[in-house]
Amino acid sequence: MQWGSASEFFAMGGYGLYVWTSFIATALCMIWEVLALWRRRVAARAEQRAALLGGTDETAA
Amino acid sequence: MSHSSMWGSISGIIRRDLLLAMRRWSDAAMSLFFLVIVVSLFPLGVGPEPAVLRTIAPGVLWVAALLTCLLSLARVFTPDYLDGVLEQMVLVPQPLSLLVLGKVLAHWVISGFPVVLLSPLLGLQFGLEGEALGVLVLSLLLGTPTLSMIGAIGAALVLGVRGSGLLVALLVLPLYVPVLIFGAGAVTSSVAGIGGEANLSLLGACLVLSLFLAPWATAAALRIALE
Amino acid sequence: MFYPLAGRLIPWFAAVAVLLMIVGLYMGFFVAPTDFQQGESYRIIFVHVPAAWMSMFLYVVMAIWAGVGMGLNARLSFMMAQAIAPTGAMFTFLALLTGAMWGKPTWGAWWVWDARLTSELILLFQYAGVMLLRTSIDDARRADRSSAVFALVGVVNVPIIYYSVQWWNTLHQGASVSMATGSKMAATMLMAMLIMTIAFWLYSIAVILARVRCVMVERESLPTWDEKPAAMSEAVEAR
Repeated sequence: MQWGSASEFFAMGGYGLYVWTSFIATALCMIWEVLALWRRRVAARAEQRAALLGGTDETAA
Repeated sequence: MSHSSMWGSISGIIRRDLLLAMRRWSDAAMSLFFLVIVVSLFPLGVGPEPAVLRTIAPGVLWVAALLTCLLSLARVFTPDYLDGVLEQMVLVPQPLSLLVLGKVLAHWVISGFPVVLLSPLLGLQFGLEGEALGVLVLSLLLGTPTLSMIGAIGAALVLGVRGSGLLVALLVLPLYVPVLIFGAGAVTSSVAGIGGEANLSLLGACLVLSLFLAPWATAAALRIALE
Repeated sequence: MFYPLAGRLIPWFAAVAVLLMIVGLYMGFFVAPTDFQQGESYRIIFVHVPAAWMSMFLYVVMAIWAGVGMGLNARLSFMMAQAIAPTGAMFTFLALLTGAMWGKPTWGAWWVWDARLTSELILLFQYAGVMLLRTSIDDARRADRSSAVFALVGVVNVPIIYYSVQWWNTLHQGASVSMATGSKMAATMLMAMLIMTIAFWLYSIAVILARVRCVMVERESLPTWDEKPAAMSEAVEAR
């Protein structure tokens, strides 16, 4: 451990803006990617289910 | 396949395209007008100070030539595609890459070569003189065919796609960067007194490479587009 | 077969990725010492370098899948290439952003035209080209193959760009700054960087597998109703 205090850690020797922007941007991009994929998966499977059900109804008649 | 029929098919294509182009000479004229306008925009944007213009001249002239080439790509395959001639070309027994080579070279003669011829005048407008002007012409002479060859790959990929104008620019401009660097670099080196030979030889290498590889990629792209 | 297998692998890759990221970040912030020349700003490399490496690895892998697809005419290969592009583009964007964040305090400029950053920028355009070709072309088969051709042409372009920009920088000697770290790196710095790179790699695999599964569902590339009805409903019920 090399940080005297929490505020020292956040300040990053004066470079806090640059360091934290980088890490936070990276984290945000990754989280956004995962969430977007989750939404895409839900949408794709919903459509697939709808297509399947639509097909079964027709053949059942 | 005999040597003569190979050469015969390429020259046949070149002859046909040149004949067609001479009937549509306004296409070549449009390229030249575009070049002159774009080049003229820079002094208007940057200011007429001769020292500044001389510094930016290689880059500006080269970027303008590059953009002119880019715009002319809309005409390399589209007319024949719309007429159905392109589909015939794909079915012919001769290798498609050779036919493409002939076609793109003819296209360069119409759209790229006039740029090379006009460039000394534009160079003078920017205060380039003597050896630098010669290097400028030579760099464009080596570079514009390369740009046509590389650009044809992009043109073939986007054949018939909506919004293809911007798309082809986005695809092709990253591929143009090395040619731009060597071309403008040749003129800059010449102005600086170092001599443009190194850059010119790199340009020559790019040209040779593109003559061998680009038609092959373009033919593949054409087949994909015409399936 | 691939679809359920991929589905089972994703959680493992994700879990190890998260674990390694925690380890890497801990090492990067609490174990690696302050840099003698750059102070604390150097710590950006713990995301900048992994992102840059991933952006390049993924482009090459995408090009390989594109090549395999063209060679074997296999739809799954094209779908893998399709799934890789967005993640690769994201890392390229992050490499550029974090590169600027690192450059500003270190060299005083948000952007320098050195070979590495310029090549990254061109790489971003090429990713964009691959993705835009796909969205602009309606026919799936043509979209697959056109993106593949462009990806393959692009993979040749990137090293050429790198060397030509390096050449260009030596010609214009004035502002040639390199983004490379001049000083030797402490072992802990190097270790943390490597751990983060592996973590990003595993994250990419998890995300890409998840995306290719979505693509398979969207393109109805699961076993058809005619061939294997049991497999279809099994795939629907599968998590």
